[in-house]
Amino acid sequence: MYDKQVRRRRAVLALLVVVSLILLTAYFGESAGSPLHSVQRGVVAVLSPVQEGASRALKPVRDLFGWFGDTARAKKERDQLKAQRDRLLHEVAGYQVAVQENEELRRVLALDDSNGLDAYDKRTVRVIGRPPNNLLLDRLQVDAGSSAGVRVGDPAIADGGLVGHVTFVAPDTSFVTLITDPSSSVSVKVLNALGDTGLLKPSVGDPLDLLVQLLPRHAHIAPEDVVVTGGFRSSRLESLYPPNIPIGRVTRADPEELASDQQVHVAPIADLRHLDFVQILVGGDGGAGAGSVARAQAGVAGGP
Amino acid sequence: MIGSERYQLPLRLAALGFLTVVIQIAAVSQVTVFGVSVDLSPLVVASVGLLAGSLPGAVFGFAVGLFVDVALVQTLGVTSLLFIAIGYWAGRLRELRDPAHGLTPLAVGAAATAFATVGFALMQFMLGVRAPVSWLLLRQVVVTILIGSLLALPIYALVRRVVQGSLPDDPRRRRRRAYTTGGLSPLQRPSAGR
Repeated sequence: MYDKQVRRRRAVLALLVVVSLILLTAYFGESAGSPLHSVQRGVVAVLSPVQEGASRALKPVRDLFGWFGDTARAKKERDQLKAQRDRLLHEVAGYQVAVQENEELRRVLALDDSNGLDAYDKRTVRVIGRPPNNLLLDRLQVDAGSSAGVRVGDPAIADGGLVGHVTFVAPDTSFVTLITDPSSSVSVKVLNALGDTGLLKPSVGDPLDLLVQLLPRHAHIAPEDVVVTGGFRSSRLESLYPPNIPIGRVTRADPEELASDQQVHVAPIADLRHLDFVQILVGGDGGAGAGSVARAQAGVAGGP
Repeated sequence: MIGSERYQLPLRLAALGFLTVVIQIAAVSQVTVFGVSVDLSPLVVASVGLLAGSLPGAVFGFAVGLFVDVALVQTLGVTSLLFIAIGYWAGRLRELRDPAHGLTPLAVGAAATAFATVGFALMQFMLGVRAPVSWLLLRQVVVTILIGSLLALPIYALVRRVVQGSLPDDPRRRRRRAYTTGGLSPLQRPSAGR
């Protein structure tokens, strides 16, 4: 009797482990349109209304727990923002003159600026889910999908800054992979005197500390310099993101680190840990090309 | 075992697993403490293993893990593999040692959180996430384990409350079965009447 129980227990355990391994192997080797991914997409589509309801119902609880941290952070931010506001007021006057000059010069040269944010429709969507482990997978689930025109590769913004891009789409829900996800890398431009370009990646273990890498070793970058998307376009590839979306401000630019590792540290503009809503940039000429590249990549990689 | 009672435990565990994952994704994961978000699912799986045994623990771990992987569009099988081990080991601890100390769930919760966090990181590295190990990463893993340990006791109490009365060797159930099958209640025993 005892032996029978032991055998049964071991058999069930072995069966569960084998099923898990089969699923893992099959899923990892599959493309985005394969049966397991389709089943997953179907389950996510069925679950998304439940999650949306739960997210709305549990918002007061989230807000209560978030209130303590938010209050402490808000006081610190208030002082920083006051100092920043005073400095920016001086800068704005100079920029307004520059913008006017720029518009006049563009008219003279007949430059095409249709690749900017104006070329996109902005869909405001609600965040309805998040994975528990944001160290290695940093994503958001939102309440809009392909039925709202969202496609794989569409960029997402919040608080006026870049958040990430769409990597999985179901009819009524989609997943946005954040710029703090380890797999994320964004071509960026630092708005310093020379407009140095680099690659933005999250720092390991502290995803909110972003790094702009591959910068020139002797670049003149100072704290508070703004970092925006580069939006490159070559004959073969195109950036996922349109150019000039603000991403963050430089927090640390150590000349020694720049010379040795060619990198500076950046804090994101968007509050990536407390997002309730994001805007997905849908459509647009730039997005079509970028989306097709992302879709091709998703297909090859076997998922988001 | 009476027919309706036979399905009580699986039904309660199914409801518990479903609610755990939905609440985790919709609310708990969106609140960060010291930069990390709490993961309730390994704690719930370990508690079920401790209360119900190795086999229900492993099956529950597999189901919850698979649900997490599907709902979060992760690689299927990663979380279920980890949670099978957590549920099974917690159940074996109960079966082999039958620990009676009140802080056992805390130690098991800490071990379950550590196993889930480190195991998930290792699986991701093996699956190709290029992220070198750093002190910051280790610090966050430690904070996650500490927070998991703090929540282990309340989660265990909650899970016990949910499954209470439906466990095969639950004391209440044993008593009830004895009465319904003709056994004497303590009040009817001859010694009690003296």
